[in-house]
Formats: sequence, C-alpha cells, structure tokens
Amino acid sequence: MSLDNFLIMRHELLLTVAALLVLIAEISWNPEKKRSISQFAIILFSLITVIGFFPSPTGSLFGGMYESTGIRLIMKNILNVGALIVLIQSVTWLNKEENHDKTSEYFILLISTLVGMNFMISSGHFLMFYLGLELATIPIAALAAFDRYNNKSAEAGIKLILISALSSGILLYGLSMIYGTTGSFYFSEVANRFEISNLQVLGFIFFFAGMAFKISIVPFHLWTADVYEGSPVSITAYLSVISKGAAVFIFIIVLFTVFPVLIKTWQKVIYVTAVLTMTIGNLFAIRQQNLKRFLAFSSISQAGYILLGVIGGNQTGMASVVYYILVYIFSNLGAFGVVAAISNASGKENIDDYNGLYMTNPRLSLVMTLALFSLAGIPPVAGFFGKFFLFTAAAEKGFYLLVLIAVLNTIISLYYYLLVVKAMFINKNETPVGKFRSDFPTLLAIGICVAGIFFTGFAGIIFEIIKDFSFGA
Amino acid sequence: MDILTLFVVIPVLTMTGIVLTKEMRNVRITAAIGMGIQLLLSAVLIYLYISARHAGNTAEMLFVKDIVWFKTFNIHYAVGADGISVAMIALASIVVFAGIFASWEMEFLTKEFFISLILLATGVFGFFISIDLFTMFLFYELAVIPMYLLIGIWGSGPKEYSAMKLTLMLMGASALLLVGILGIYFNSAPDGGPLTFNILEISKITIPLSSQYLFFPLTFVGFGVLGALFPFHTWSPDGHSSAPTAVSMLHAGVLMKLGGYGAFRVAIFLMPEAARELSWIFIILTSISVVYGAFGAIVQKDLKYINAYSSVSHCGLVLFAILMMNKTALTGAIIQMISHGLMTALFFALIGMLYGRTHTRMINEMGGLMKMIPFLSVCYVIAGLASLGLPGLSGFVAEVTIFVGAFQHPDLFHRIVTIVAVTSIVITAVYILRVIAILLLGPTANEHYEHLADAKWYEKVSAVTLISFVALIGLAPFWLSSVIGVSLQPIINKILAFNPF
Repeated sequence: MSLDNFLIMRHELLLTVAALLVLIAEISWNPEKKRSISQFAIILFSLITVIGFFPSPTGSLFGGMYESTGIRLIMKNILNVGALIVLIQSVTWLNKEENHDKTSEYFILLISTLVGMNFMISSGHFLMFYLGLELATIPIAALAAFDRYNNKSAEAGIKLILISALSSGILLYGLSMIYGTTGSFYFSEVANRFEISNLQVLGFIFFFAGMAFKISIVPFHLWTADVYEGSPVSITAYLSVISKGAAVFIFIIVLFTVFPVLIKTWQKVIYVTAVLTMTIGNLFAIRQQNLKRFLAFSSISQAGYILLGVIGGNQTGMASVVYYILVYIFSNLGAFGVVAAISNASGKENIDDYNGLYMTNPRLSLVMTLALFSLAGIPPVAGFFGKFFLFTAAAEKGFYLLVLIAVLNTIISLYYYLLVVKAMFINKNETPVGKFRSDFPTLLAIGICVAGIFFTGFAGIIFEIIKDFSFGA
Repeated sequence: MDILTLFVVIPVLTMTGIVLTKEMRNVRITAAIGMGIQLLLSAVLIYLYISARHAGNTAEMLFVKDIVWFKTFNIHYAVGADGISVAMIALASIVVFAGIFASWEMEFLTKEFFISLILLATGVFGFFISIDLFTMFLFYELAVIPMYLLIGIWGSGPKEYSAMKLTLMLMGASALLLVGILGIYFNSAPDGGPLTFNILEISKITIPLSSQYLFFPLTFVGFGVLGALFPFHTWSPDGHSSAPTAVSMLHAGVLMKLGGYGAFRVAIFLMPEAARELSWIFIILTSISVVYGAFGAIVQKDLKYINAYSSVSHCGLVLFAILMMNKTALTGAIIQMISHGLMTALFFALIGMLYGRTHTRMINEMGGLMKMIPFLSVCYVIAGLASLGLPGLSGFVAEVTIFVGAFQHPDLFHRIVTIVAVTSIVITAVYILRVIAILLLGPTANEHYEHLADAKWYEKVSAVTLISFVALIGLAPFWLSSVIGVSLQPIINKILAFNPF
C-alpha cells in the first residue's frame, strides 16, 4: 500500500487511531490525569473532524471492496461534525460521579461505531457493507445500556441488540438471494447482472426491510421509542441523528448504484412506506409526554420526509437528502442539547415539566424553539430549506400527491412542536425548572447547533457543493 | 443596497436594537423609531416610483434586484416593485406604525412582544417586494408563524385554542401553496429551457392547460385561506378576537391582504386560462364570504367578533373583485385592500382603546360613550362610516369601483352574483349603525364609565394617522389609482390574452 492508499482511508484510520489513543490513555494515565480524558478525546476528535475537510484523493481499495468518492467523503464529514457535537454535549453528563469510571469506554465505543459507519458508507461490496453495519450497531447497544443500574437503560440495550440481530438476519437473507442470482457481492457487478427475476426482487425486499429497521421506517419502527426513551440522552441523540443518518446515506448509495434497474419496484415500496412513516410517526408523537419518546416519534416522521428525496432516484434527490441530514443533525442535536441540559440540571424530561421554562431559562427556550421550528420546516431557519428541497426533488419526478401528503404531515408535526413551544412560553407553572447556568461544553454544543441552524439555510454554497458531488438519474 | 431590500433590513435592525436595549421604556421607543423610518422610507419609495414613471420608465417592475441563491433550483433572491406592491408596502408601513403606538402600554414581556410584532412585519414587507416565488413563500411563512406566539402569549379569551387554530389553518394553506408553487416551477419552461421561480419570467410563457387546472385551485385556495375565503375563513373570527390590539390590526389590516395580493399576483396572473374556466366556483364561494360575513357580523355581540366578521365580508369582496378579471374590478380590489386595511386597523385600534377603559367588549354592556370619550367615539363613527361605504371616505371608492367592474360582465351569472354581493352594503350599514347606536349614543349603561379619560397622545397618533389616510383615499382616489393603474395594464394584457368574453 502506498501513502495514497492510506490517504484514501483517512477517515477510518484516523478514527481507529483516536479510539486506540483513548484506550492507551485509559490504561496508562494515573487517576488524577484521567479526569481530563474527555477533554483529550474531544480535542483529538475535533482535530480529526477538521482534517476530514482537507482535500483528499478518491479511489477504490482492496480490489473494489472499499470505495471513496466525493459524495461519500462529504457524508463522512457530516457524520463527523454531528458526532463531535454529540461528544461535546455528553461531557457534562460524563462528568457526573456515577459515570467517572467509564468515561473512556464511552469514547472508545462511540468512535468505533463511527469507524463502522465510515466503512459502511465507503463500501463497494456487500460484505464490507455488512461488516461496517455490524461494527456500527453492536457498540451502540452497549452504549444504550450505559446506565446499567437503570432498568429502562438495560432494557433499551437488550432491545437494540435483539432488533439489530433480527434486522441483520433479514438483511443477510436478502443478500444471499442476491448473491445466489448474480454470483457476486460487488456493487458494480451486481448492478450489471441484475435481470429483475422474482428472486432478485424478493432479495431486494429483504434488503429493504433490513435497512428499514435501521432507519426506523414504519412498519419496522417499533423498537425506536422504547430504545430512545431508555438510553441516556446523548446516546438517544446519537442514535436518532448519526446512526440514522449513516444508514440513510448507505441506503441511498446502494439504491442508486446497485438497484437502479429496480426503480419502478422501489418507488412503489418507498411511496407506501413514506406515507406510513410520516403519518404514523406524527400521529404517535402527538400523544407523547416524555420528550425523548416525543423526539423519537418526530425522528420517525423525519425519516419519512427523507424518503421523499430518495424516491425520485434523481441527482437533486440525493443532494437534498444529504443536505437535509446535515440540517437535521443541527436541528435535532439542538433540541437534544436542551433536553440534555435540563435533564442534567433537574432530572426532568417531560413536556409538562417545561411549563413556564421561558420565565426561568429564556435562552434555552429560544434555542429549543428554533430547533423545533427547524424540524418543522419554518423559515428562516435551515429546516425550511431542507424540506423545500426534498419536496422539490420528489415533485421533479411528478410525485405531487406524495408531496401534498408530506406537506400536510408537516402541519401535523407543527401542531405537536407548537405544544412544546406553548408549554415553554404560554403555560403557567407553580414549580418551573429552576434558573441554572449551563457549563461551557453544553453551551458550546448548543452554540454550534444554533449557528448551524441559521447558517446552513442561507448559505446556498453548501447545497451547491453537495449537489456537484451527488449522482443519480 | 437597493431601496426594497431596506424594507427587510430595517425591521431586522430594529429587532436587533430592541434586543440590545436594557430599559423596558426604551423598547417601544426603539420600535417606534424603527417603524417611523420604515414609514418615511415608504414615502420615499412612492416618490421615487412616481418620478420614475414620469420620467418614462415603463418597465413592469422597478427597483429590480436579482441575486442567485440556490443555483441548482434557479432560486433567486429577487425583488422588484410595481405600483401595486408600492401601494401595499405603504399600507403595511402605515398600519405597523399605528400598531406600535396602539400597543404603547404593553407591559408583559414587552421586548418579546415588539420583536414578534416586527418579525411579523418583516415577513409582510418581504412578501410584497418579492418577485421570486420561493422568496415570496419564505416570507409568507415567516409572517404567519409569529402569530402563534403573539396570540398565545399576549391574547385574551380562548387564546391558546385560537392561536393554534389560526396557525394550523394558515400553515395548512401554505401546504397547498407549496405544492402549487412547485407545480408552477416545474411547468415554467414548457419549451425545455431552465426552470424558474421568477414571476415575471413565468408570466411570459403559458403554463400547459392540464397543469393549470391542477395547480390553479391549489394556489388560489392556498392564498384564499389567508384572504378569508369561505369555507376556510373560520380561523379569522377566533384569531382576531383573541389577538392583542396591535396584532388584530396588523393581521386584519395587512396579513389578510397577503392573501388577496398573492391570489392575484400568482394564481390569476400566472394561470389566467384556468382562472377563467374555474372562476365560477370561487366567485360563488367569495359571494358567500361577502354576504355570510356581513350576516355574521349582525348577530355578534363582541366588538372584535363583529369586526372580524366584517373583515371576512370585506376581504371576500377583494377576492370577488379579483376573480372578475377586468381592469375596473382589479383596480377596485386593490383600493379595497388598502382601504379595508386602514379602516379595519383603525377599528381594532379603537376597540383596543375602548377595552382598555371599559374592560369589556360586549356592546350591550356599554352605552352612551359619546358623552364620556368624544374623541374616540368620533373616530369610531368615522371608521364605521368608511366601512359602510360613505362617499368621501375610502370604502366608497373601493366598493363602487368593484361593483362597476363586476357589472361589466354582461352574462346572467355574473349579474346575479354581483347583485347578491351588493346586498352586503346594506347589511354592513345595519350592523355598523346598530353598534354606533348602542355603543356610542344610547343611555349610559354603567355609571363607572362616567369618569373615563379620553384618548392619550399616543392613541391619538395611532388613530389620526389612520383616519387621515382613509380620508385621503376617499377624497382623492385618483392618486392611488394612478399609482396602480400603469402597473395593472401588463397584468390585464396577460389575463385577456385569450379572452373569450
């Protein structure tokens, strides 16, 4: 391997090194020094994030099993930025007494899932894809059960690992059919040898179902709410944004590169699931009291909107999906940042507890409002642009009815987002969440999100860059 | 920076200024200064516009500025103004200015109130200057969303219900609108050129008829909801009556005009063929709005409800006139928008002032106010007379023009609906005079009212500003019609291109 080959795999290698460095620090540092392990990990990670943005050679490695292209690099960078925000957000929580002895595990596990996601996104071969997928899921189950003495957290971990095993099984079954009919696992070869036999369509459906579990598309969403509720807030944030984003990225790449022949089939499948996902996610979100469950259902409906960018199979569709994930990272992490801050300060996680929040903590309430408006797609924040482009991409291929259903769904979502806004601004409360000052990491994480929510929308250049690297019909 | 962008920049600067002020008292002064500058700026704009026209500039839109925003979708930040938007901008700045003074005594969360109010104004101004459908849609939603907080926090009565109903119905309308806009966009280049969101460019081509039939109703209803089109008007009475004074003024005075303006600038202008074919459905609906709104106002006892239903009736008349699609009626529609905007803002301002004194809005609990608070009472009478279309005030000019325009259609259907709509004038007179009789004249209903204080200086500023413009339009309508007349011509030409009448 020449130096170029290392550069092509830059993201994965650097992250692996970072995980190992944290591990070494955990083993060799004395207890006093270990207190600063989270600073060390975050500085390391921000360096990697910055390095990721430098221009890099593209190409394929290992005989085509690993592929690096412009759009995949952008996807990895987006995930890095999101993961960085999650890491910064979790510092306050990690500093708590009960989490002290497992701080480094947190970073190692989280970074290794990210390595898995990066390998998955860069895969040019179904085995590589599967390996990355597993590496990306199994450590998360450990993270979900991080609060191990909390029953709900333990339950979340078990649920997540069982569901992952099940969905991986389904996915592998589908892949085996594809392998059996085409004789190859390479993306390019499978695409060439596809002849739309029934077995291949069945294989695709199984593949789709497996992915649908990861993205939590209805009717494969049932694990989402419980796992989100049980996990610690930072892990919920990570699951709902980074994990989901990575799955969407590889899903759209595989659809566009491996299954373009099947477009008529997957358009029907996606049409139905998109409508179901949006509607059911939204209707269930209305009834939720716990904010983590609330955001879980809201993130299910967001997955439904994302499918609108996938359905057309077009270049603008891919661009708007990638762009929307970026916007979604900032918006959802902004909301989770506030939830985490309040949960850390007062232990409260219900919507009713937020009554009268504006009177005691005006800034956090404003950030929450901005984030929710961005999720709902209200101008001038970034979510509006993201949604508009997704809908435009679907309308470009003539799916006007689907767009109408989606926009009407955003009205339902606006209703329940406004319920939270109403709780914060309008409702009165005898015992509101007390006034508190957040520490620096929380403020930094929220600050990045707010900047992202404002900036990504207005900056047309970001979308143009993503679009230049996207592909599709 | 061009003059039109300033209309968005100044509110943003004002909001920044309000955020930075420390003392609560300075908040309202900052707001008043900011919106005062805005008012002056709109006077400058009118002057510049008229002098440009006199200098022989016959371009469809003046002060055009075009910046590429999202290249992929050919989305531009494009602004421009013709006589109609200039008139609407002037209306908006007058009402916002008066609204600031009408909420001078706002004490609860003052800063937040004025920021939300000016944010709403930003959306309104942005909407009127846009000539790009995307920018227009963006500003439309920007204008709607602060309403939720404004009504929900500072409102009265069932405010949470009203706020949610209003927001969801208006956002629902924008859902239809979004699909309509996307439909227009993807049909904006039937010959295979680059797609565009620019209204002027789209107006040069003919959108395929089959698409027009699909997207005209979506767009028209989308804007119509904001213009209180029956049966989608139900947000209006609840919303207006729960909203605080300045918000009712702004909402009935300006925001509802976004509906009329949009219906005409986007739906009718870009898809005239479908508009002509389908107009009968909407003409029937708007006639119902006109008459039903007026009847609704008769049976209400709450002053704000009366005025809200009256707004449904008057705004229905705007949409009615737009659907007549000839020059006279369209001129009438625009004058009616301006006239109703000023008049209803005056009404709501006065109702707010009365409520601040009597703490009730029920007409049967008040009476004989003319003796106690003559200034406010006289203002109320003037507003009422303008509303029922007394010659010399703005309402008369508008309504006469509309009905003359509507009667130019010789066929039976148009005649009948026009006659039906004309009856609203009589009904309007009934409810206006009834209120004036009970509220202002009649015997004193409550002895506590004997010592009410008349208008304070800031209330007078608010009322006099609005009344002077109502009278100005009524006495010298030619100013207004000359500003809008030139700009209507290209629109009329486009609409009548294949006129079957």
